[in-house]
Parts: sequence; C-alpha cells; structure tokens
Amino acid sequence: MNQTEAFPGSIANVNLRQVGKNKPRNDAPTKVHGKAIYAGDFYMEDMLFAKVLHSDRASANIRNVDISAARALRGVHSVLTAADLTACNAVMTDLPGQTGGGTKDTTQPILAADRVRFHGEPIALIAAESYELAQQALDLIVVDYEDTEGVYDPFDSQKPGAAIVYSDDNIVADYKIRKGDIEKGFDEADYVLQNTFTSQYQEQAFMEPEAAVAWVDEHEILNIRSSTQVVEHFRAVANALGIPHNRVHLQAPYIGGGFGGKEVMTIEVWLALLAMDTKRPVKLIQTRENSFLSHGPRHPFTITHKTGVTKDGKVTAMKIKLTSDAGAYAKLSPYILLYATVGATGPYRVDNLWVDATSAATNNLPACAFRGFGTMQANTACEAQMEEIAKLIGMDSLELRRKNFIQPGDPNTTGQIIRSSVWCDQCATQALAALGEQPSNSEHLVYGHGIACYQQSYGRIRWMKDTSESWVGLEMDGTAIVRCAVTDIGAGQMSALAQITGEILGVPMDEITVYFGDGHVNPLAGTSTASRALYMSGKATELAARAVRDNLLQCMARHFEVSPDELDLADSTVFVLDNPERRMSIKDMVKLCAAEGVHRHNLSIFKAPPSEGLDPETGQGEVFPDFTYGAHAAQVSVDIDTGEVTVIKSVGAHDVGQAINLRAVEGQIEGSALMGQGFALSEELILEKGVLKNGSFSEYLIPTSEDVPEIQSIVLESRSGLGPFGSKGIGEPVFAPVAASIANAVADAIGTRIHDLPLTPEKVLRAINENKASR
Amino acid sequence: MSNEKVVTVTVNGSTVKLATPAHRTLLEALRHEGFVEIKCGCEKGDCGACAVLLDGEPVDSCLTLAWHADGREVTTIKGIGQPGNADPLQKAFIETGAAQCGYCTPGMIIAARSLLKDNPDPSLADVKRGLSGNLCRCTGYTRIFEAVQLAARELRGEGEAA
Repeated sequence: MNQTEAFPGSIANVNLRQVGKNKPRNDAPTKVHGKAIYAGDFYMEDMLFAKVLHSDRASANIRNVDISAARALRGVHSVLTAADLTACNAVMTDLPGQTGGGTKDTTQPILAADRVRFHGEPIALIAAESYELAQQALDLIVVDYEDTEGVYDPFDSQKPGAAIVYSDDNIVADYKIRKGDIEKGFDEADYVLQNTFTSQYQEQAFMEPEAAVAWVDEHEILNIRSSTQVVEHFRAVANALGIPHNRVHLQAPYIGGGFGGKEVMTIEVWLALLAMDTKRPVKLIQTRENSFLSHGPRHPFTITHKTGVTKDGKVTAMKIKLTSDAGAYAKLSPYILLYATVGATGPYRVDNLWVDATSAATNNLPACAFRGFGTMQANTACEAQMEEIAKLIGMDSLELRRKNFIQPGDPNTTGQIIRSSVWCDQCATQALAALGEQPSNSEHLVYGHGIACYQQSYGRIRWMKDTSESWVGLEMDGTAIVRCAVTDIGAGQMSALAQITGEILGVPMDEITVYFGDGHVNPLAGTSTASRALYMSGKATELAARAVRDNLLQCMARHFEVSPDELDLADSTVFVLDNPERRMSIKDMVKLCAAEGVHRHNLSIFKAPPSEGLDPETGQGEVFPDFTYGAHAAQVSVDIDTGEVTVIKSVGAHDVGQAINLRAVEGQIEGSALMGQGFALSEELILEKGVLKNGSFSEYLIPTSEDVPEIQSIVLESRSGLGPFGSKGIGEPVFAPVAASIANAVADAIGTRIHDLPLTPEKVLRAINENKASR
Repeated sequence: MSNEKVVTVTVNGSTVKLATPAHRTLLEALRHEGFVEIKCGCEKGDCGACAVLLDGEPVDSCLTLAWHADGREVTTIKGIGQPGNADPLQKAFIETGAAQCGYCTPGMIIAARSLLKDNPDPSLADVKRGLSGNLCRCTGYTRIFEAVQLAARELRGEGEAA
C-alpha cells in the first residue's frame, strides 16, 4: 500500500452524508420524461434554417463559387461565401481559457476562399425558410475546383518536396524530452526491445449532432444557444466577428454527449454570421454525415518504443518516437501531442528517457480533442510494449509493472514530482482477480486475459492558469441555489455540484437548484474538458458553500452560545454536535441570520496551481496539476476460424480519490469500457486520399447493446486528489487503459502481437495464420 | 407546396393536423409541431434516437413518412409517462442511472416499452437483442439493461422500481 501523502484538498476520515453515495442525478427526471431541451430543440418566431456546403474533396484550388442560382431562390435569405467575409474570415482554435497564453498558430478560415485542404472544409453557408429550401439552394451552388496534389501521410508530409498544407514545413508541433543518460541506460540493460505501434482515427460519435440557434436580440446582443462543451467560446466568436466580447451571449443547454468533439468551436460562428446577415434567428442541426466532417476525430498515432530492461525486470531506458497526423489545420494538435509526450512512459518511472514527438499536417481530416487526448494513444502503445517485454524476459507482466510503477515523490517524464497516491498495483491486482478463471480453449475458440495500467492527468495545462467560479446561496425557505456556468455534457457535471453543496450546507439534493451552462448570468466555470469540470467547478462550489456555511455558523454560534465548530448542518437542520436536541431548521436559521444582515451567499474562485512551461531543450517542467491512476482488465475469446474477437468480461479498477456520486463514477467506467472496446476492435474512420469513406453509423461501427460484455467497476478512494473532498478527475482516465487491456488479451489468446489497431477479424485471422506458419 | 396534404395523427392522445409534403418524415413533421422530445440522431435508421410507437409498434420516425401516419396513433416518450405518473421504465432509468447525456433515452425507453410488451420476462440476451437498434455512447448500456429488468420485475408485480 502506498502512503497517501497529505495533499492540499485531502480530507481524511470525514463522515460524509451525501458525497460518495449512490444518488439519482438531479438531471435524470427531466431526461427520462422527454422534457430536457437540447440545443436543436429550440424554436423561435421567424426562425430560418441553415445548411452548410462542405468540400467533397481533400485538396483543391477553388477557381470560382457560383451562388447566383442559390441566392435567387425564393425563400432563401442568405448565402455566404468567403467573398462575403473579407473583414473577418479567420477563426482561432485557442485552448479555450479564461486567461489563455502559450498558444500556437491555430487560425483557419471560417469559409474556404481559394483553396480547400480537407474533405468537409466549409465553403458556403445558407439560411432559408426551411431545411428543404436550404438544401435546394445548396444543390444549386456550383464550385469550380481544380484538384491539387495533396499529402495524406504524416511521414510523407515531412519529406522535402511534399505538398505544403500548414506553415512552411507541415510541422504543427514538436516536443522532446531529454532526461538522464540514454546511452548509459541502454548499456545497463540485459535486453533491448523495439516495437512500433499504430492507432487509427476514432470518431466521437456523440448521439446529438452539432446543433445551435443564433439570433440578435432587442439589445443588439448576439445570442447563441449551442451544443458546446465550452461557453467561453463567446470570446472566440466575438473576436472572429470583430465585435466586443460583451455583445455575445453563448449558452449551453443539456448537451447530448461531447467526448471532446464539442470542445473546439464547431458551428457557432457560422450561425452568428447568418443571424447577423439576416437579422432573424437561424438554426442548424448538422446531419450525421456532416457531423463526421465537422469536429475532428481522434489523432492516429505511430509510436516506436525502444526499451532497455534488466533480466530482473527493471526498465533502464526508454527511447520513444511519437508521430501524430494533425490533418489540415492545427486545432488542438499541439496540446494533444504534449499530452502524449508527457504520457509516453505510461505510469512508470523512467530515469533515462528520450522522447521525440511530432505532429505533422496532411490533407486528412483535422484531428482534435477526444477523451484521452493523446495520453490514451501513448498509454496504449506503452502498455503493449510492457507486455512484450514481460514475454521477452519471461516474467509475469504485472510483476514487471510492479517493478517500474512510478511512486509518490518520484519525478515523472517531465520531472514533475508526483504528489498524490499511485494505486496502480492495487487496481491491477483487483481487476485481474475479478476476471476469474480463464476458460479452457476449445477447437474453435481461444481465450486470453489482458491487463493495462495508466497515468492520466486531470485539469488543464498549468500554464493556461485555469480558474473556475461558482456562487452558492441559501434562500429564505431553506432551499439552496448554485450558479455555475459549467456545461453539462452528460456525465453529471451539474448534479455533482448539488451533491457537494448539499453535503456542506446540510440541504437535501432535491432542494438545491443548479443554474448551469449560461456564462452571462452565472459565474464562468471554465470548460467541461480535460477531466477538469468536477475538479475545478466542484472545488469552486465547495469553497463557496463552505464560505456560506462559515458565515451562518458564526451567527448561529452566538445564538446557541457555543463555538462555530461545535455546530453542524444536516437534514435541513443546524444542531449542536454534542447535544443534537439543541437544533433549529435551516429555514429558521436563514431567517434569523438574514434579520442580522449576515451574508447568505458567496461567490468563490478556484485557481489551479500555475506553472511556467517546459524547458524546450529537455522537456522538463510542470505540465499538469495532478494525475489519476488505475487499471483495466479484459477477458476475450477469439474465434480462430473467423478472427472475431469477443470481449467476455471487462473490469475497470480506479483510484478516483473520492467518488462524489458513486453511480456516476461507475457510469463513466462502464461507458469507457465499451468506447475503449470500440477503439480496440471495430472503430476506424477510413480515408482514401483524405476523403472519408465511412462517415455514417451504418458504416462506422460503434459497439451496440449486443456487444456488451460483463462489465465490473472497482472504485478505490485514496482521497488524495486535488478536487472536492480529495476527488480526482475520472472522465478520461477511466478510458485510458481499456483498449490496451483488450489488445493485450487478444495477444495472450492468439500468442502473437498485432501492432496496428483496431483488431479487426481480418487482421486477427492474418496474425493467427502467420503465427502458425512461423512455427 | 403543391404536393402538401393535411394528415391527422393522434399524438399521445391528442389530435394533431400536419400539413406536410409527401417526402417529409414523421420525425421532421412532428418536431416541427413542437414534439421535440423525439430526438434526431442520424436520419437514416441507424441510431434509434427518434423511435416512437406507431399504433403501439416501435418505428424509427426518421424512416416513416408523415403521410404514412395518417389516421394512426403515435406515442412519444411523453405519452409513455409523465412526472407524477411515470412509467416503471422511467422510474427505473432514474433509479439505476441509465440516463447520462439523455439524448438516446427517449428512443431507448420506447424500444424497451415495446420489448416488455412482447416479453414481460426478458433474459439479458433478450434485452440486448431488443435494444440493438438503439445506440448509446455514454453508458456502455449496462445500466440500461439493469433498468429494463428492474422495470420488468415491477410490471410483473415482483418488486418496486424506485
């Protein structure tokens, strides 16, 4: 057992009444009754409907866009092309922050002008009286393309003479880590193993396609109600349009899933332009096919690991090369590459380390944020390599991992000292045990077990200087209100704030109203990305609720003639801890305090620990606030006649710090188990010369109900995290090891490694046959 | 438009007249009338988010023409149960945490309702098969299965959901 180092935010041995319990989320009733309103569900008087013309080719010059017939169509109110955007045809993908800083050149045209760089690049916007009319107008637009030579591979794009897509060399970002003595590390090794692993494009496939309504109101404020993870994009919209920040009001209702795909701006600027042009409300719901082209999938990575290890299993050196395909625009590729760089060694301490990481532009789809954000791809490769090392040196792979797990107090890849608990060992041990016995192979089926551990950050890059704000207040009838503009993308972001507030103020969850998602009437909470929403907005809410509690208890201490710490709040009452008979309802308490002019509400800000960036030569510095650790284990069967892999059992075991809502935590683990299974086995966007060939749910196969294995969640609580009550971020972390564990289970079953995800039946069958032939 | 016709559909017990051209889907026509509890996920029958009951049978409303519903009864999630008079499935979805983002939930409950009508005591395999036309990306389906079986037990009089 690792010692839990005392860590800011950790609260040992607390007696929790609401936090950590299995409570129905407060957004559940509205959702199961069909009352929850999503961005595409709003209707307004005089509303127009939008369509977007996307490029159908990946690399071409645009000689002309003829919109005359489209504009002439009766009922069509606006057709916009780059020619109409001479003042403002650029939008920047900032890491959407309150304070910004350290950004790369991520500008891209709002609408393609003289050139398209990827399949799906927007060319024209249309607003008409109906979708059908808008579609008719779209069909009347004639784009005169001249195909140009493109580049479709991130290694080709770095070669001299390659077609240039980005900057003057196609390099979107690069990082390196130089740590210890790499040559000495390999000299000390008894074995050196090198492998290259590749992974594919994965589509977020949220169920709600991008949707928004935009309108200019009676105060000349541009309003946008959008399916976005980030209401702070109001600034980017304003910047793109050249209007003041305070004239754009961006709000997010319930979001039908995001997974990173609604992190960067998607359709907001398009609708803003159309609403401003037509002076009428305009709505757009992307078709599923266009959605596949609109937000940027997970980056394909090629990762080469060269590892030195002693015969007793100590890793002495790692040399790792990471290459990601950024696609045609930078978007968040630099940051995703940074996450992969920091996560290159998985949850292991490696003192002699050399990492070269490059993200190169191509004419493929611009890849972007997706749950795991580069760390997942890097971890998947690292965990495959660890398994291969164990096989090479003849050691149990968990034993090998145990010899190399990073520990509290150790420096990680960038030299940051790990301060929270590292419970990889406990998690892996329990997850493997939960798999049970491996069934015996039969004539047609072979079975395998696989394990993978991970380290994944929560909270944003520290030099972004992230903050979150929240307001908590008690009403005169004893009910509570939270105002916090966190976006609720489905993981219970809003509900968790009620649970935290209820814990601190002693008010039941169903007597707490949370106003969320609207950053112009609520304090800004920052993004629902980077597994930071609970950590940051939860912490801000905790601070605000504690301030309210302190104010009220000081007043009540005078009333009861005790000290404030002799009082507690629970079950809508305030009472003396040693003598609970002395009590008062919270309603009466609020009245009493209000009559004395005591502040019953508080606005708090939580600031993540800042840092100043990395040394560019050594890659050393502090990148993230903290990390989550855990493991996933899988049992699979492989049909040796067809190559079909079936996941039988899938077990996630994670140290979540402290569960706020246990059921919501398990929901994240279960959802991750299936999403990771899709990545491991079936999901892959197929591009031919940059053109997407399977952009629909009938061709791009996410797991269905019939693919669900037995899923088990094991939730451990070290209370060592930076979030409220010692919690850690979990949305991405619990996803990080899943695909790796399944790939390891398949390798265990068939006795050979497939280095290229996903593990489709074709690849598995080929591997089985090649393995047979080589024996 | 010249090919418009007015069709009469009973939606959740109320008569609704839809003026719609021949090619318009039931999904579009009903959402345009404000029945936005019917969700739109793919418009080609892959995801099941738009499922409704048509004369008691589940259909993807994106694959059903509005004219086809003329004179027939449509049940949306709001017709399944209301707050205060919730269907056991709705209660069980709340209780088990089967709704995360909630976008697939209306269609999922419609499919589950139809499954339980035909099969009051479904095995896990039956539930998986019965919901295989409805995609969910958040939950891993596990809690949805749990919710359906919890509701089935209540409907059979074997226990309370919530």
